[in-house]
Order: sequence, then C-alpha cells, then structure tokens
Amino acid sequence: MTTANSKPKKKKFAKLNINKDHLQDFIKKYTMIFVLVIVYGFFAFKTHGTIAAPMNITSLIAQNAYVFILAVGMLLCILTGGNIDLSVGSVVCFTGAVGAMCLVGDNWLVRGKEGLPLGIVVLIMLVTGIIIGAFQGFFIAFVRIPPFIVTLAGMLAFRGLSNVLLNGKSISLSGKPTFMKIFGGGSECYVPDLFHVAIYVPKIAPIVALNNLFAKMGLNFRLKDTILVNPFNLTCFLIGLLAIAVFLALQIRGRMVKLKKGYETDKLWVFILKNAVITLAVLWVFFKLSCDRGLPNVFIWVMLVILIYAYLTGNTTIGRAFYAVGGNEKATKLSGINTNLVYFIAYTNMGLLASVAALVSMARLSSAQPTAGNSYEMDAIGSCFIGGASAYGGIGTVPGVIIGAILMGVINLGMSLMSVDQNMCKVVKGVVLLAAVFFDVVSKRRGKIIAKN
Amino acid sequence: MADIILEMKNITKTFPGVKALDNVNLKVERGEIHALVGENGAGKSTLMNVLSGIYPYGSYEGDIVYNGKVCKFSDIKDSEQLGIVIIHQELALVPYMSIGENMFLGNERGHAFKINWNETHKLANEYLKVVGLKESSRTLIKDIGVGKQQMVEIAKALAKKAKLLILDEPTSSLNEEDSKALLDLLLKFKEDGMTSIIISHKLNEVSYVADKITVIRDGATIETLDKKTDDISESRIIKGMVGRELSDRFPKREKNIGGIKFEIKNWSVYHPLYMERKVVDNVSINVRKGEVLGISGLMGAGRTELAMSVFGKSYGENITGELFIDGKKVVLHSVQQAIKHKLAYVTEDRKVNGLILSNPIKINTTLANLDAVSKYKIIDKDKEYAEAVKYKDKLKTKCPTVNQNVGNLSGGNQQKVLLSKWMFANPDILILDEPTRGIDVGAKYEIYCIINQLVSEGKSVIMISSELPEILGMCDRIYVMNEGRIVGEMKGEDATQEKIMSCILQSSAKGEAAV
Repeated sequence: MTTANSKPKKKKFAKLNINKDHLQDFIKKYTMIFVLVIVYGFFAFKTHGTIAAPMNITSLIAQNAYVFILAVGMLLCILTGGNIDLSVGSVVCFTGAVGAMCLVGDNWLVRGKEGLPLGIVVLIMLVTGIIIGAFQGFFIAFVRIPPFIVTLAGMLAFRGLSNVLLNGKSISLSGKPTFMKIFGGGSECYVPDLFHVAIYVPKIAPIVALNNLFAKMGLNFRLKDTILVNPFNLTCFLIGLLAIAVFLALQIRGRMVKLKKGYETDKLWVFILKNAVITLAVLWVFFKLSCDRGLPNVFIWVMLVILIYAYLTGNTTIGRAFYAVGGNEKATKLSGINTNLVYFIAYTNMGLLASVAALVSMARLSSAQPTAGNSYEMDAIGSCFIGGASAYGGIGTVPGVIIGAILMGVINLGMSLMSVDQNMCKVVKGVVLLAAVFFDVVSKRRGKIIAKN
Repeated sequence: MADIILEMKNITKTFPGVKALDNVNLKVERGEIHALVGENGAGKSTLMNVLSGIYPYGSYEGDIVYNGKVCKFSDIKDSEQLGIVIIHQELALVPYMSIGENMFLGNERGHAFKINWNETHKLANEYLKVVGLKESSRTLIKDIGVGKQQMVEIAKALAKKAKLLILDEPTSSLNEEDSKALLDLLLKFKEDGMTSIIISHKLNEVSYVADKITVIRDGATIETLDKKTDDISESRIIKGMVGRELSDRFPKREKNIGGIKFEIKNWSVYHPLYMERKVVDNVSINVRKGEVLGISGLMGAGRTELAMSVFGKSYGENITGELFIDGKKVVLHSVQQAIKHKLAYVTEDRKVNGLILSNPIKINTTLANLDAVSKYKIIDKDKEYAEAVKYKDKLKTKCPTVNQNVGNLSGGNQQKVLLSKWMFANPDILILDEPTRGIDVGAKYEIYCIINQLVSEGKSVIMISSELPEILGMCDRIYVMNEGRIVGEMKGEDATQEKIMSCILQSSAKGEAAV
C-alpha cells in the first residue's frame, strides 16, 4: 500500500476505533490476494491476455484440482503445530493403484474381467485412504513419533507398495469413461449444457475507446469490438449466478442477525466492498468458464471439499480444537480437549483427502501409474505456507490456502504460457515460498528481521 | 577501608506494568560470601540478571561498579570476561554431552576449527578435582545425579576464571548431604579469596555460610546484616523479609461458609521423569463451600503439582489417594472429567499453560466450555461473542474489543481473560495457582474482588500463593505446604507471616534431621 493511500485511511481508522493491530491483521489477512492480483496482472500483460482466455481458466482449475484438495488436508496437519505430511504423494499413488486395479479388474486383486462397480471402487479407495491415514496418525498422535519421520517412512513405504501393486506398469482407465466423466478427466467431463445459446461479448474497454477515438477523428475505420461466443454455456453461468445469490443472501442474513442483536459487525462500506469483490471475481470465473466448455465436473468436487472444510475449520468445535492445539497445546490440554485425538484426526483426514485427490488425478491422467503423485505433497505444503498458514501452527484458513494454491497454479500456468524453462519455474516457486514464510515469521516478530540471539 | 569488589548503586528496573527493582543498593566486599534473601518475587533474581548482563546496560537505571570501574555489560559474555559468573537455579547442562564438553561449552579449548579434546579433558579433570568430584570428565551429564550436576556447574564457572560467583538457589534441588558439600565448597573458595553471592530461601544455610546478608523486599533493599556486628538468627532474617504493614489492600467480604465441598485424602504423586522422587506426599486437605482456602509455601513445595495432579491427572506419575466432591468419591482420569465434575484449575503460568496468545479474547474465553456456545458441535459465533463481552464487562478487562489477540494485552488483563475462561466453564471448585503473579497492585485488587464474588456465589476457591500478605489478607483457612507435605493448618485470622514461615522452616529442619 502506498503512503498516499494509507494516510487518510489511518485517520478514518482512528475515528472508527481501529487500532494498529487491526490494521496489521487486515494487511496480513489480504496480502496474498493483492499479490495474486499483481502476479496475475503481470502474466496477463506478458502473455497479452492469453492467461485470461477461457480455456486457460478451465485448465487452471482442472490441472490444480488435486492441489486444492490436498492443500486443505495439509492445512489441518499444519494447524496442529507446523506439522507436515510427506507421504501424501505416495498415498495418492497407492490408493490410485488400488482403485485402478479394482475398477479395471482382471488382475490378482480383482479376478473378474469387468472389475468392480464404480461406487464400490470409490468406497474402497476412500477406506484405503482412511486406513493409511489412521495408521500414520496412530504413531503420530498416540506414540508421539514426530510427523516428519512417520510420514517420511510412509512416503517410502507406500511408493514402494504402489510399485509392487502395479508391478511397475501403469493401468489404463480408457475403458472406463463413466469414472473419468464423473471425476473430471478428458474433454467430455463437463456439466452438460441445457440451453445451447450463443452470445456476443463486448470486447475489452481499450478497443472500444479506440473505436470512439476513430469516430471522433471522423474515420470510417472500426475495430471489431464484439466477439461471438458459440456455444455459450448458459447452464454454467446460471449456476454461477445461483451460487452468488445464495452467498449474498447468507451474508446479508448474517449481518442482519448481528445488527439486530447488537453484535459487532464490519462497517457497511467494508461489507459492501468485500462482497462486491468476491461477487465480481466469482462472476468473472463463471463467465470465462461459460465461454469455454462450461463447468468442469472436477470443479464440483473441489468446491465440495473446500466448502465442507471451510465450514468445519471455521464453525465447529472440532475445527476450533485444531487452532487451539497449534496455538498452545498445553493450554488446550488443560482446557479439557483431547489433543492426541486432534493429531489423529488431522492425519486420518489427510489420508481420506489423499484418496479423494487420487480419484481426481487418476481421472485426469486416465491411468494409474507407479510415478503418479510424485511430489504432490510439496505442492500442498507450499500452497499452505504461501496461503498464510503459520509454520508454527495455529494460524491459517481454508480460503487462505486456496488462494495460495491458485497463486502457485497461476505461476505455473503463466510461466508455461511464456514458455519459461520448467527448471526456472521451480526456482520461482521456491523463491515465492521462501518470501511468504519470511513475511510470516518477520511480521510475527513485529518487523524485526534478525532473531534475537 | 573495606575492599569493595562490587557496588550496585540505585538500580531501578521496570517491566511493562511492574517495577521489579526500585533503587536497590548492594555492596559486596572482596573475599566474602554475601547472601541475598527475600520472598519469591522480591527481585533477587532480577538484580542478579542485571549484574550478569542478561538485562543489558540501558534497560535499567543506576550503576554497577566492579573493581572501581563502572560497567556497561551488553550481554552475559561481557560480565563473564570480568570474572562475574552466574549459576542459575535451573541447571544449564546438556544431558547427552560429557562433563568436559559441558564445562567448556561456548568456551572451547583449542582452535575454533579444531577443538583440543585432550586439553579439554585434562583441564576438566583438574576442575572436577577442585570441586571434589571423582567422576571422569568423559562421563555423560545424564549419568550423574543432580547434586553432582550442580558441582559441575560450579566447576564450569571456575573454568571461566570466575572471581565473583553468583549462585541462584544452588541447593533448591539438592538433598542435605549434597547441600552441605556445596556450602563447604563455597567456604573453601572463600579461603582462596573467591567472592560469592548466594541467593537462598534456606535461612539455616544462609546463617551457616554468609558473612553478610542483604534483605530485599518488594524490589527494594531493606537492610544489610553483618555477621560480625548483627544478629543473623533465622527469626531476625524473617522479620526483615516479611516486616511490611498490611493495609486495606484486600477487599472485605461477608463470610458465608458452608459444609465440606471438596476433599483430597492421602494424595501422593511422583515426579513424571525422576520416578523415585515423591513430589506430593500423603496430602489430605478439604475446602468448604464459600470458602477461600489458601495453600502457602515456597516455590517447589509441591503446591502446583498437587493442584495439577488433582485436576484430571495432568501432572505426575503413580498418583494415589482419593477425591471426594460433596462427600461422594470421584475418580478424575482426565481434564475432561475434572471439568465435568465442575473443577477448574487456573494455572500459574498463563502464557505457557493457560492462554493461546495468538488467538482473540473470545476464543480463549470459550475454549474450556465450547459446548455452551455450540449446538451439534457447530459454534454459534454470535453467542460466543456475546458471552465473551459479558465476561469482559464482568471482570472489567481492559481491551478495545474481544476480537483483540490475548498476546497484546497486559499481564493483569491476560490474567482476567484466563479467569473468564474458567468462570465461563462454570465450576464449583476453582483452584487458582498464583492468581496475581506478575501483575500490578491495582489489577491485584480487582482479582481479589473477583475471588470474593466467586465465593459469595457459593463457589469454593483454593488459592495457591507464594505471597504471604495475599494469603493472609484473603484466606479463611490456610494450609502450609513444604517439600510435598502439609506441615501446618491455621485459621486465617490466627495466621501471621512469622507463623507460616516458621512452619516451613521447622519442617525443613525436621526433614533434614531425619536425613
């Protein structure tokens, strides 16, 4: 933020009885959104808008679906005190291998030529994930072996077991279109369009302005300022509108209740601004998706995971326990919360979400491979820390880590569109991760860069 | 003219909200053993931390004159260079390193890139001989007892070429035999010309070794007694330590004491790590409805351990004994069960065991009783907010909103949030462990008012405190605890500071005689 901006704001804040802590919290809370907008803008400029093309918005979601799902699970682990789960990639691979073998059949695990029914397969995968998570969680929570070690062991073991299961070969799922359609791989995996309409979309403002300029100058020459979108997926767009309507209704209702009971609320302008920004962002994404092939099926699964876990962490006593354990485990224990159980739930849940990610990534790759899920854990961990989760635990939100994951995805996509070398891409991601955690640590120390010796 | 090695002039040190030292003066002669005595929190350790540079020059007012020169230490290295070495109450040894490695930790022999281990161990063995240890310098620290570890600390100080040795409660964790050996060692050093400052609660030891005794009370020097000219009997020292007037620092309350609410019988607890050590020894106490019960004693008497072991076995091993609530026997295996039986333990260490500093007031307030603000495990955040505000107003917590992070509050207000948290859990029996530690006088008064309010609502309060005036001013009945045992019980109106202190000292003497 520039100083010119913040001066009048400060005055206003003083009047509104908002102190420095609030301001710091505010900046900290929304930093990554500002960064995301700036980075996105940078890539939009560098790629001449290609990154904002409908097709790329779709692929941003589809390519990163597994990251969103895993990052949410990883957040719970990190909340308990900066603990990470290194085994995630291997567990994705293992549950994927189990699932693929059950689905395709005709192997030592499932004899039948047809394989098992889809529902059963999904159930088997989820249960496998939960069992693996619980197994690791047991050693972490009750035996109290450091998570780093337990999950490192898991990372090695399940990678090895996946190879054993798959016999070193990959299993193709091309014969199972229903599975891929439901979990969103391939080109047909979109929510079907019911309307089949076409629309003209006005082109962006500069061209319109240029045309106006031509008109003023008396020239007959005009740039084409609309494009035909055919088909425009109206179903997708309507779903977006519906989602926004529900969201706004809930927000307004919540505010009304608060005002009625005399509780503290955001200032009206903050409330309007916040919701306007969210509404516009969602609208923009849905518009772009509608211009492409519509709502990817995988988007629904991702949203489901995000919404469920955002609610769990933010509004339930179980969620509260995660934050409390990370904030001060001793105090939490003395408040009558079973802290062992909290650790156990965190890692069991990670196993569950790893199997969900396995469903999604298997459908995308349309196969189960011995190398699947390689370094997925690093994407998840990186997203969490970039998204504002504290490396010491106790701080971090689901929306935050989703922003983190989107930022990572945007950097990946943007750099590949700019045809930057894959290796440089890794360097940039590394720098971004370090910068994010640097910010977290230093801001906790009230701006002092060097720790007191 | 006496040869003064150290003079501390008008030392004043303030912490946010608390004046820990107020114009303290200390004069130490070369070659003497000087004792610093005072109650817990009187400022002894703070004074020594100022001297050793832990609180650097500039963070306090006044001068330190050492060997005739004003010193401006910026850290502990500076003071050690001049031969001022402090040995802290908690041993600072690395258990999995050898004696020799520990002795020269940060002071390694040889070259930075090539430690001379032969010289290290040769020197270490020499110093070990000086302090009377027969162990090899290659023995690991974890393999020797606490008494010997304390001797290693002293040897380590000698290795730093100490000229002025400061010992903070050196015998607090030692048995009689080890203590005697340590004190004799100090006397031997004195003959060799070493100057020592010793901080101790054990007045018999102080009388035994000290040439001069400086009494500190409430952050100020009260008097310095000289062995040659003054009476330094224990009762004389106690008088100096506690001789303060009691004014109306404690709010009055209507007494309305009912029947026995909570009873602990034959309660024994062992240390979780050193399992042969009994920290609570066959304690039987009871508290009545509407009563403020005090448990007095020195630090390390086993009071916190008693309270935490009762509170759902959150401390200790091999816990034996029985608990009765309203005459009915209860078994509390976990904190959850303790809370369900309407017990609350308000910790002495609010930052470590009590609060989540990175979370707002409202979340801390409801943490121990989340079910009261939630339905089907879903938290009603509006209700949570309203409850937090209610308790904030009730306890007069000073904060802009309950969304404020607890870490940003002052000590007194943090303590109030901690109290809100446990009041919100709606207990019948509250164990308050040092409820006024580290907070200023005004906030203390408000905490006392809250305690009065609690008992007037018919709750029972067990107050653990090391501050004698507070125990005397607030409690209806007082147990005195020492070395894990209850060594005295008296009515609040009969109790005096001298009585309590002599209870403690007599029991110590008995215990020592028994050994």
